[in-house]
Amino acid sequence: MIEKEKINWIYKKIFTIRFFEERIKKIAKEKTVPGYLHTCIGSEAICVGVMAALNQDDWISSTYRNHGHAIAKGCELNEITSEIYGRKTGICKGRGGSMHISDFSKGMLGSFGIVAAGPAVVLGAALQEKINKSNKTCVSFFGDGAIHNGAFHEAAGLAKLWDIPMIFVCENNGYAEATATDWHLNTKELSDITKAYDMLSYIGDGNNVFEVYDISKKAINEAKQKNTPIFLEFKNYRFSGQYEGDTQLYQPQEEIDKAKQNDPIKLAKENSSKYDLNKNDLEKIINEAKEEVDKAFDFADTQPWPQPEDALEEVYVNYPVEINR
Amino acid sequence: MTIKTVKDAINDALVQSFEEDKNVILMGEDIAGGKGREQYQGTQDAWGGPFGVTQGLYTKFGGERVRDTTIAEAGFFGAAIGAAMTGLRPIVELMYVDFAGVCFDQMMNQAAKVRYMFGGKQKVPMVVRTVVGAGFRAGSEHSQTLYSLYTHIPGLKVVAPYDAYDAKGLLLSSIKDDDPVIFMEHKRLYMTSCEVPDDLKPIPLGKGRIRKEGSDVTIIAIQRMNLFAEEAADELEKINISCEIVDPRTYSPLDEELIFQSVKKTGKVIVVDESNPKCSLASEISSLISEKCFSDLKAAVIKITAPHTPVPFSPPMEDFYIPSTKKIIDAVKKLKDV
Ligand SMILES: Cc1ncc(C[n+]2csc(CCOP(=O)(O)OP(=O)(O)O)c2C)c(N)n1
Ligand SMILES: [Mg+2]
Repeated sequence: MIEKEKINWIYKKIFTIRFFEERIKKIAKEKTVPGYLHTCIGSEAICVGVMAALNQDDWISSTYRNHGHAIAKGCELNEITSEIYGRKTGICKGRGGSMHISDFSKGMLGSFGIVAAGPAVVLGAALQEKINKSNKTCVSFFGDGAIHNGAFHEAAGLAKLWDIPMIFVCENNGYAEATATDWHLNTKELSDITKAYDMLSYIGDGNNVFEVYDISKKAINEAKQKNTPIFLEFKNYRFSGQYEGDTQLYQPQEEIDKAKQNDPIKLAKENSSKYDLNKNDLEKIINEAKEEVDKAFDFADTQPWPQPEDALEEVYVNYPVEINR
Repeated sequence: MTIKTVKDAINDALVQSFEEDKNVILMGEDIAGGKGREQYQGTQDAWGGPFGVTQGLYTKFGGERVRDTTIAEAGFFGAAIGAAMTGLRPIVELMYVDFAGVCFDQMMNQAAKVRYMFGGKQKVPMVVRTVVGAGFRAGSEHSQTLYSLYTHIPGLKVVAPYDAYDAKGLLLSSIKDDDPVIFMEHKRLYMTSCEVPDDLKPIPLGKGRIRKEGSDVTIIAIQRMNLFAEEAADELEKINISCEIVDPRTYSPLDEELIFQSVKKTGKVIVVDESNPKCSLASEISSLISEKCFSDLKAAVIKITAPHTPVPFSPPMEDFYIPSTKKIIDAVKKLKDV
């Protein structure tokens, strides 16, 4: 049984992310914001399902495709949007941009643009939790493409060797850029990769937010109980292109149509009665989510730009000479 | 004579090299794109890399020679070294130079040292094509230049062309070269164009180029900074200040002679580099001039560089980060009065 409050939270977040990313797609088309934009349409259930199993002060890492993780982890919508717009009141003061949305105070260690940079950083946070005998959960989000990178394997090996109860969350969305996952995998199931490390792994339907939540919750408990890392593979579909502007020619229409039948938002709606959410409640949540997203974009649009010289700040904690050039 | 963009000029040089030498191969992430979905019309060469530079190569030369890789830079960079040592001429694409960190060992410790350390019996004829540069609102991890990172390493050659002519001529040479070459392409220059003869000969590495002759001040401009140097020189011409623009084009080897000749002529020098200032090409070139042309100098060399910070995302800050035409004009005026 999931408590009512959590169910409402899950629904609110999943719709917020979808509306947010749809809005991002729109401004990307209008070319009103600077820089690269990677949206996560199709990943909402993974973002929300895993985060529903976490506390706000638990640690996560994300990637360039981070909007959904940031929203689900509780980062302020206004600040996220402002950051994407490059404004001074952005979550990283306009220094990071869309690819690096992070708020340490909300348990986001960072959104890294380098594929597979996250797992080892989370390993370190989890090591700290172990040494300090505290109990925060540590989760690293990454894509199917990342499992080919050495940095992932080194983190996995150490996590197992050191009995670190961290959670590796691999979002298997069918593509790494323009490369199909069924081409690049060299194991039958993606999560078979963990066999080399004798690491526990579970596969789940990444389109079903309640399944993601359930698996994540169990995995977190098991990891802590057994003092072991656990690898979770959630299968879903990347409706978005690699980045906004990607022609997506390589994603066949039949494939997209088929995936749409399992769209995480569609499934969440269909499941709502199972979770005692009546039509009116659902409607209310949807409207609230929409309104909040609209407000955030209105907010961002009116925010001040940083001063040029702000570029010089906070390179170091402490540096004896002025950075003046 | 044809007008070509830098992007097309690079593609032309690749095609020509593939045609001339069957040992030339290309490896990288989504350099074709659409892997696993080839059966769908129009998906071959779906990407041609993120900037479309290698588009068409897969269709022309096939998957044996144009190989999409997984996100395993250390793996395919290492593979390029072994393939080069045993007879191929691999070109590898490092999608953004910012990813250098995940495969730097391959270049620093293997590619660069194999010849020297193993007694001069081997060679590593490979090219790393990579994308550099700020001004794309791409944030701290997709905007660096890192020229000096590679230039610092003995055994590596470093090339950074400004226009389409140089891009084609220098890439042809880089692929023919028997040493490992880092070929740096600036993302903000891909769509700029100039005349490129169809039968352009390879341009030798280590030969710089005077982009504009002048007599008052020498501006040494690195890659995209030539754009700002040219704008500044045009502006200054109007008030009768004559600038000479030197584009070294390659940084290892560096055409020191060309630089020194210009310094002898003007005695006043500005070096413009988009990189961070510490241990940069700007500081290297400036120190060479101070050491070798001290008596010719009428004033200390002025360096115009980015600040000692990562590249910020937001436009006002990023524009501040990148050297500007105005900064060059101000520096020239300051030197003029010396
Ligand atoms: C080390 C490194 N190599 C290459 C890239 C370029 N790149 C960015 S995203 C990406 C694909 C990642 O695919 P996946 O891990 O499946 O994540 P998804 O985008 O599907 O969420 C690549 C190759 C990078 N950012 N870092
Ligand atoms: Mg993927």
